[in-house]
Amino acid sequence: MSDSRIEQLKGIFFEEAEEGLETMEQGLLELDEGSKDPELINTIFRAAHSIKGGSGTFGFSELIEFTHSMESLLDAMRSGDKAITTEATSALLESVDHLRALLTDARNNDPIDSESSRPYIDRLNAILGADDAAPSNAAAPAQDASARAAGWNIDFKPHPDLMQSGNDPYLIVREITGLGPAKTTVDVSNVPSWDVLDPENLYLGWTIRLEAAAEEQQIHDAFAWVDDQADIRVEPIEAKPVAAPEAAPAPEAAPEPSPKKAEAAAPAKPPAAPKPRSAKAGSSSIRVSIDKVDALINIVGELVITQSMLGQIEKDFDMSKLEKLRDGLSQLERNTRELQESVMRIRMLPISSVFSRFPRMVRDLSRQLEKKVHLELSGESTELDKTVMEKIGDPLVHLVRNSLDHGLEAPADRLEAGKPETGRIELNAFHQGGNIVIEICDDGRGLPTDRIREKAISKGLMSADDTSSSTEKIHDFIFHPGFSTAKEVSDLSGRGVGLDVVRKNIRALGGSVEVQSSPGEGTKFTIRLPLTLAILDGQLINVGDETYIVPLVSIIESLQIDGKQVNAIAGKAEVYRLREQYIPIVRLYDLFGIEGGERKLDGGLLVVVEGDGQHAGLLVDDLQNQQQVVIKSLDTNYRRVDGVSGATILGDGTVALILDIPGLIKFANDRSRRAETPRLPQDKFALN
Amino acid sequence: MDGLDVNAAEGQLLTFLLAGEEYGVDILRVQEIRGWDSATRVPNTPRYIKGIINLRGTIVPIVDLRERFNLDRVDYGPTTVVIVLKVVSGETSRIMGIVVDAVSDVYNLSSEQLRPAPDFGGSIDTEFIEGLMTVEEQMIIVLDIDHLLNSGDLAVAAAA
Repeated sequence: MSDSRIEQLKGIFFEEAEEGLETMEQGLLELDEGSKDPELINTIFRAAHSIKGGSGTFGFSELIEFTHSMESLLDAMRSGDKAITTEATSALLESVDHLRALLTDARNNDPIDSESSRPYIDRLNAILGADDAAPSNAAAPAQDASARAAGWNIDFKPHPDLMQSGNDPYLIVREITGLGPAKTTVDVSNVPSWDVLDPENLYLGWTIRLEAAAEEQQIHDAFAWVDDQADIRVEPIEAKPVAAPEAAPAPEAAPEPSPKKAEAAAPAKPPAAPKPRSAKAGSSSIRVSIDKVDALINIVGELVITQSMLGQIEKDFDMSKLEKLRDGLSQLERNTRELQESVMRIRMLPISSVFSRFPRMVRDLSRQLEKKVHLELSGESTELDKTVMEKIGDPLVHLVRNSLDHGLEAPADRLEAGKPETGRIELNAFHQGGNIVIEICDDGRGLPTDRIREKAISKGLMSADDTSSSTEKIHDFIFHPGFSTAKEVSDLSGRGVGLDVVRKNIRALGGSVEVQSSPGEGTKFTIRLPLTLAILDGQLINVGDETYIVPLVSIIESLQIDGKQVNAIAGKAEVYRLREQYIPIVRLYDLFGIEGGERKLDGGLLVVVEGDGQHAGLLVDDLQNQQQVVIKSLDTNYRRVDGVSGATILGDGTVALILDIPGLIKFANDRSRRAETPRLPQDKFALN
Repeated sequence: MDGLDVNAAEGQLLTFLLAGEEYGVDILRVQEIRGWDSATRVPNTPRYIKGIINLRGTIVPIVDLRERFNLDRVDYGPTTVVIVLKVVSGETSRIMGIVVDAVSDVYNLSSEQLRPAPDFGGSIDTEFIEGLMTVEEQMIIVLDIDHLLNSGDLAVAAAA
């Protein structure tokens, strides 16, 4: 097998191991909450076993050793020899974290520090009752004497069906011979005659004489994945072979646990904090459900049919076939649109992959803060673009931490306030219009409006005699940089860096975040995100000879200007009165320096847009059709342009710019603020 | 095609005409040469940036080299072409187009032929010129496109 193939298989192993870890974590959390489902512990056990097996195949002996101890405890719990205690689940959960760290090391080809696993293994064994865990790798050093020998005779007789389970004896033999100088003999005596030979069966056996002082465990590790599919005998080579007693027992996945010792076992000290690991960004991949791929294939099939139909019409075209041609073209359009939607859907993943990290986080944090919290997730199957998903994780974590730390009160305070002792945090995701909405609600004490007000005044964000500001407006100050009202800085939050970063990150994704809160009843953060970053519904507008695209989501309405409603403030800033609201008018031709374009306001077209909570009316010449446009970046080959979020290619092959409404409003405001200063000198960078 | 003695070459130059002068760029940087077609103007950019075009799905900015060098503007004619170039700046490479009067020739370049540009006494900046070369009594100005197309409004750092 070539190296690249092994690398590919390793990649699959790591992905599956990651999924296995998640399964284990979820299962353990459910156990922790008192679930009695026997299938649950089986699931956890299987996940651990798969990771162990895969580790064996690729020779990660430290991983095998570690998962083996987890497996032992899980097996004892499965068979009922061991009670499912909080202590055990906690130890296992921490082990899952450690295993994840080990896997990351293995994936990055960093050396694995097997010593770091020791405290975890000790703790697991302590719970299990270490002394009886006979052949366990963590066994007492007393075994060391016999486990170390001058060499080993290994007899490996795989069952015929070994290869059908995906195991490759070559890898195992190589693993063993890699331990030191070895002599391998192949036993071909079982190979049947040609006419009865089944090529999918394995008829070979191996005898390996390993002349190296390897530990017995290392040898067993190599067979970890096949120990139930082969007869394996490992005997030490000694000076007096006759004296060799019944040598090491065959490896068992599950050592005999001892119920008696269980209670006596003292928990080991929790291991030191794991060193932080930087997850190196590998090439990312997504798993796509087969339904989506099938849908795609269907549509491509239809597309091919449409294409051949159009080809037929084209062959000997006359005017009588015009109707057919038109039908064909409209079918082509439909196919193309469906194809586009299906392809986009491939990038869409359920948000559960983001949500799934929260049960664990909330559990750990609530212990740390000594609060009782019930986390409720809903809408996990809501689908979201992968890029958006990757970037929304951190802001969400921050908001959930905030709710836990600041929002929810301590149990005693809650009881005093007449609320149930256990607080609630809800995470909810759903579609609304062209957006994904994610809500984070808690039933805590709510935002301290007065404290925020004081702070805002002290920071000069609002004047002290301003009493007209609405509560919402005051609450919005918490998204300002350096704004924290926490009385004491905690480990988790309250350093004043945070909510402004949350808002910034969400805005960078083209979304928005708002907060609603009522005292004593709780706080709700609402995040709105675009479904995808690649495609947008746009309204085509004309200014002079130029065509621009306004994102449909930012348009409130379009209207014809009634000259009587136009007012000018200080003779310059023009505003339009729309239902008792004054909207600043932005003359696009002026802002963008376009020659031509409608200058007269009366009777002109005004597109009322909203961005970042601000309204503006864009004066345009004409409104064209609405269409979906694919967003292309300007930065790739040029740079960012104020008021423009990107470009797209229209049906006729020309390029049109997509307006960035919040940026445009800001740009227009800045412009009018320095209205006295002359326009940008056009050739300021030119030579000379 | 006199100069095309590949064996002696250290590199090849594509030359083009701009207000009667012949300029050269490294031919390996040339992605393609296309006829002038209208570009979409980008608001609030210097006039020498003609706009952006669609190059098979990629958005590519177009620079008018006459205006970049403050030469007189002329109407675009049938020989006006856009030379699409790969511009390297640091670790990134970008695709840009330059509008020139006409393409001229391809010459071999050897470093001995390349003379440093004299100081023009302030009338023209020599910083974008890699050197001068003479081929058959004709002077060719060899441009440093990486520097030229990373300056001013085109600089990568401008993406603030």
